[in-house]
Amino acid sequence: MIPVIVVLIYLALIAVIGSVALSKSRENTEDFFLANRSIGPLVFFLSIFATNMTAFAILGSSGQAYRQGIGIYGLMASSSCFVIPLTIFFIGTRLWALGKKFGHQTQVSFFRDRWECNHIGTVIFALSAAMLVPYMIISIMGGGTVLSNISASGPDHQPMIPYAWGCAVVAVVVTLNVFLGGMRGTVWVNILQTTLFLCFGAVAVAVISHALPLGFSDYMGKLASDPKTKFLVTREKMPAAVFWSYTFIPLSSIMFPHMAIMCFSAKKVTAFKQTVIAYPLAILAIWLPCVFLGVLGAAALGKIPDPDGVLLQMLNKYTAPWLAGILGAGIISAVMGSDAHQVLALSTMFTKDIFAHYGGHEKFGEKKSVHFARGFIVVVTLIAYFVALSLKEKQGIFEIAIRYAFSGFAAMAPVMIAAQFWKRSTKWGALAATLFVATALIWIAVTQASHKPGDVLWQLGANKVFFINPRGDVSFWNGFMTVVPMVFGSAICVVLFSLFSRPPSQATIDRYFETTSYASN
Amino acid sequence: MDDGQKLNTKPTVAARARMNPGVCLFVVVLIVAVYVAHQDSWNWTKSEPLLFGFLPPGLAYHAGYSLWTAVMMAILVRVAWPKHLESTEENPRE
Repeated sequence: MIPVIVVLIYLALIAVIGSVALSKSRENTEDFFLANRSIGPLVFFLSIFATNMTAFAILGSSGQAYRQGIGIYGLMASSSCFVIPLTIFFIGTRLWALGKKFGHQTQVSFFRDRWECNHIGTVIFALSAAMLVPYMIISIMGGGTVLSNISASGPDHQPMIPYAWGCAVVAVVVTLNVFLGGMRGTVWVNILQTTLFLCFGAVAVAVISHALPLGFSDYMGKLASDPKTKFLVTREKMPAAVFWSYTFIPLSSIMFPHMAIMCFSAKKVTAFKQTVIAYPLAILAIWLPCVFLGVLGAAALGKIPDPDGVLLQMLNKYTAPWLAGILGAGIISAVMGSDAHQVLALSTMFTKDIFAHYGGHEKFGEKKSVHFARGFIVVVTLIAYFVALSLKEKQGIFEIAIRYAFSGFAAMAPVMIAAQFWKRSTKWGALAATLFVATALIWIAVTQASHKPGDVLWQLGANKVFFINPRGDVSFWNGFMTVVPMVFGSAICVVLFSLFSRPPSQATIDRYFETTSYASN
Repeated sequence: MDDGQKLNTKPTVAARARMNPGVCLFVVVLIVAVYVAHQDSWNWTKSEPLLFGFLPPGLAYHAGYSLWTAVMMAILVRVAWPKHLESTEENPRE
């Protein structure tokens, strides 16, 4: 009961913040979508971090650590520590400058103007939206699962908040927050959310360490000395090719529409300075305790039916109910922080890239565009909610879709890099890369569904170029993940098709490269 | 290729920021070195010694690596910050 009350108080607080943000808002799209480009350094950091951290950072990381061991940290967290701040530093700052100078509010509006194109921008929009929607659905599913898990009580573990109600609570609170407050409401809530889940890991480790019957070193020693569990404290079962391939995945971060839109919202470019330095430290603060506790769970709890729930089980078993409630709120924070940005990003994209671009803004004006955006938020959340309910048992499909989406967004990074740094890049290069990425994703999805582990898809001599690995995923030569050929393939498409097509006008190139580039001599 | 338009590849604005070639080389070397350090093959099968008595070496190394990436970013902010972007002003097309 106590965890539920704590979480409900927290959810009510979020809804109140959204309504306060409404009182500060102005009825124009720049204010609604970007908080009038007025976000200061601290809020910018807390928000951009919340944007990118989903429930996976807490629940998924500990669940994967329970299954695969400590290697998960290097695989996913430390590679993100390296790549994400670099992309924010080199790409995000320039995106901010271009948005400020030319009034762009989405990546697509930048691409359209930079490459003097129209429908090609719509193709990029369609691919981005298609890859973002499963992400949003799984956020609602995650919220429903967490709320039902932390409200479970009694000997039969019956949840006080059933899954359907949990999904509804998350959907309603996120919708209220975004609907009323837009970007301003979302980033204000992020201050609370990010602070909560940044503290989550350290508090959880401290509390659990006091409650465990043995010390940390005893559990780790036990795992290391047993040949059956030794792999959990090493990386002996983790293929080096996969470990290296994973360094490409965080390239997706800057291509997520919600991340790019956050970059547009900063008041000054100097806000990026603290953000890029603090970002790896924040990843460390969340992922290290969660991965450690996931591995510890393997020793302390033994075999459990749902490894993704390892952290929740440890909290329920080893912490006081009120603390479990606060820590549960930390997990819900991670879910809702990213979900709110995804909903807002989809609304921004539809309103600016489709509604406004195809004449809606001229016809209906600025105020009605905001109404359209708000209506869109309600509709898209309702759809996501009903999909989350009707396909609860098929959650795995969306998890797979997100895996595809990460590779897809990572493979779109060369398009953004070309737009910002290569004068000679063209809209045809961008279109070729986008179609290549879309085709690759469809091919991988169809191939994985129709082949079994061990099948060879393409062989050159004795070398297996593409094959199905034991997990059932398509793998590239020597076991590399498909994100590797996708990123290189996309880059090749941009270069080749750009070289063989007409560049944008010199005036456009001058406008863009006056704004962002270092002089070459 | 359509050569109807010739591309002017000269720098267009004299006021643009310039990065010293030495600094540029330093930045590239730093980033490559930190990237290479991520692939710590020597820790792959090591389960001991446990740092502070409980952190396995592979996890301790990557925790340290995360701190090092923060240091790398601090260095980049110091030596390669795109200062010219700070003076960006609004200039919408329409």
